[in-house]
Amino acid sequence: MAGKLRTEPGVDNPDDFYARLIDLHEGLSSEESHKINAKVILMLANHVGDTEVLYEVLEYVREKGTG
Amino acid sequence: MAKYGDTGSAKPTGRQARRTYEFVKPAEIDSGETTHFPVIIAGGGPIGLATAIDLSHHGVQSVVLEKHNSVSDGSRAICWAKRTLEILDRLGASERMVDKGVVWNQGWVYFGEETEPIYKFDLLSDKEQKFPAFINLQQFYAEEYLIDLFPSHPETEIRCQNEVVGVDNGEDKVTVTVKTPAGSYKTSCDYLVAADGHRSPIRNMLGLDFTGRVFEDNFLIADVRMKADFPAIRRFWFDPPFNPGQTSLIHKQADDVWRIDFQVGWDIDREEVMKKANVDAKIRAFLGSDLEFEYEWVSLYTFKCCRMKKFVHDRIIFAGDSAHLVSPFGARGANGGIQDVDNLVWKLDLVLKGVAPPRLLNSYDDERILAAEENVLNSSRSTDFMTPKSKVSLAFRNATLELAKDFEFARKFVNPGRLSTPSALDGSPLNTPDEDEFSDKQRPGLPCLDAPVSINGADDWFLNQLGNRFTGIYFSDNGTTPEKIKAVGSVQLPVDTLTVTKTKTGGDSIIDAKGLLHQHYDAQPGTYYLIRPDQHVSARWREFDRDKVSKALARATGR
Ligand SMILES: Cc1cc2nc3c(=O)[nH]c(=O)nc-3n(C[C@H](O)[C@H](O)[C@H](O)COP(=O)(O)OP(=O)(O)OC[C@H]3O[C@@H](n4cnc5c(N)ncnc54)[C@H](O)[C@@H]3O)c2cc1C
Repeated sequence: MAGKLRTEPGVDNPDDFYARLIDLHEGLSSEESHKINAKVILMLANHVGDTEVLYEVLEYVREKGTG
Repeated sequence: MAKYGDTGSAKPTGRQARRTYEFVKPAEIDSGETTHFPVIIAGGGPIGLATAIDLSHHGVQSVVLEKHNSVSDGSRAICWAKRTLEILDRLGASERMVDKGVVWNQGWVYFGEETEPIYKFDLLSDKEQKFPAFINLQQFYAEEYLIDLFPSHPETEIRCQNEVVGVDNGEDKVTVTVKTPAGSYKTSCDYLVAADGHRSPIRNMLGLDFTGRVFEDNFLIADVRMKADFPAIRRFWFDPPFNPGQTSLIHKQADDVWRIDFQVGWDIDREEVMKKANVDAKIRAFLGSDLEFEYEWVSLYTFKCCRMKKFVHDRIIFAGDSAHLVSPFGARGANGGIQDVDNLVWKLDLVLKGVAPPRLLNSYDDERILAAEENVLNSSRSTDFMTPKSKVSLAFRNATLELAKDFEFARKFVNPGRLSTPSALDGSPLNTPDEDEFSDKQRPGLPCLDAPVSINGADDWFLNQLGNRFTGIYFSDNGTTPEKIKAVGSVQLPVDTLTVTKTKTGGDSIIDAKGLLHQHYDAQPGTYYLIRPDQHVSARWREFDRDKVSKALARATGR
């Protein structure tokens, strides 16, 4: 991607973070999971702020399909 | 007699002959005497065997009691890590293992139909090491090579078809009841090392817990013999066309044998899966229809990650799978167990000699529980990544894999197994924390990193200069060592001194011509490291101070 979005590794302990992310959903219904995923996205989007970056992400995921 | 009869089957024609050992009637049966050993080892798997050889390097008498009369059968460990090879090198078994084994340093990960890996990883981060990141070798070969060392180590012996059926964990000794084809007998020891495997009868006799998680999944594991020119690389697939929705792995072993894993899911008819026609179909789908192959062994496994709360129970000490069990995707089982041995044996030796108090053995608990937790955590996470527990974790897993095709960051989240690395022993009570400025790379608790060196004009390896005893390493600018530095330790607890220098005029000191030791150990002239008998760093300073070294030595020996 040639835009502003950073795609090099940025999370300092990827395995720890991934495990926390999955644990977050422990015991939740699929609806509840969708909702907290949405909250996570919105909070991180707000943190990023730069809409150029955000739109770049949205375009990428849509272009690559939902499969 | 199959050791693991319930875990699989093999076609007799394709099967490699595994060595068997002769039963010799123990003298105690006729004499009725209770012989006493400093150490009895229950179980002659890789962990029990290594314990016996390591003890004999310290001059400690022991006996291995093994229930069966053969080395391991079935599909078991194949991946032996660099640290394991370093430990077994100290015991004299690594050369044969490396000669026979298949050297590998890389893993490739595939996703879906894509024929190119989505990413590759290299496990040897520091180059110029005596040993590679890994070798692959069937577990029974490693066991055979250890058993072959026994005749040259008169301090120890193996008794096959000697099954431990009773233990009495007494105040001043452990008495063991042993059953053999020629009758039963009793024998006693100061310490009993229970290396009797994951079903540990001794653990059960003591009524101790072994808790953890069962992963709701099954893996069909086939060892097949074939001539194939696939690379000697750990190749791992997520959702390949030949095993849709599941994972698969192929990895080369010695003798043109290949380990092939198929994840097959939880709700299956086990008998159906194991039918020859069905196994054939899976393997054919993977390898194509024209490759000729023979089966060595086929089994269906469900994996668990469990550990005991404590490994030291007065005079009975658990090591290897009896103490901790992991799913195999990080190759952390036997590799973790060999590190148990490395950690335990010098401590047992010092306690038996009365040089260290028995509480030094508690540090085996501190250090190896920490390591077992790390191994269980990593193995569990890999298994969870392969077998997502819920729809949402499956969505994250698949999203990660799709992103990994395009982005480096996502590859870091892909978890096809985090392969065994030695535990850093951070926070161990035996470590003396740094008081001087040093880089983290060789901080107290870590095993020493190897490097090529030369001694008296001959090429050698640094790690081959260390081990079995405490060692002080003094980095010198001119190859000379002040007398006061050599005068640490005592008759009971000697400290060998090694001098490392970059200059060629160093006498019998270790010449670090390439400066790699200086680099890894962040050393300057005057730097002094105190190294434990298991080659882990105990303490380090910019300047030698006798009192500080003595205190660190006391601390490292539980005094
Ligand atoms: C499919 C698979 C793949 C694996 N791959 C790897 C890998 O790549 N790398 C790795 O490091 N590990 C791997 N492992 C794990 C490895 O096999 C074990 O960690 C290792 O065998 C543990 O050694 P051990 O000596 O503790 O126990 P074991 O090998 O189980 O030996 C225990 C011994 O105790 C004996 N015994 C039991 N009860 C008694 C008794 N009452 N009296 C006397 N003797 C007794 C048994 O007969 C046996 O010989 C794998 C395991 C599996 C199943």
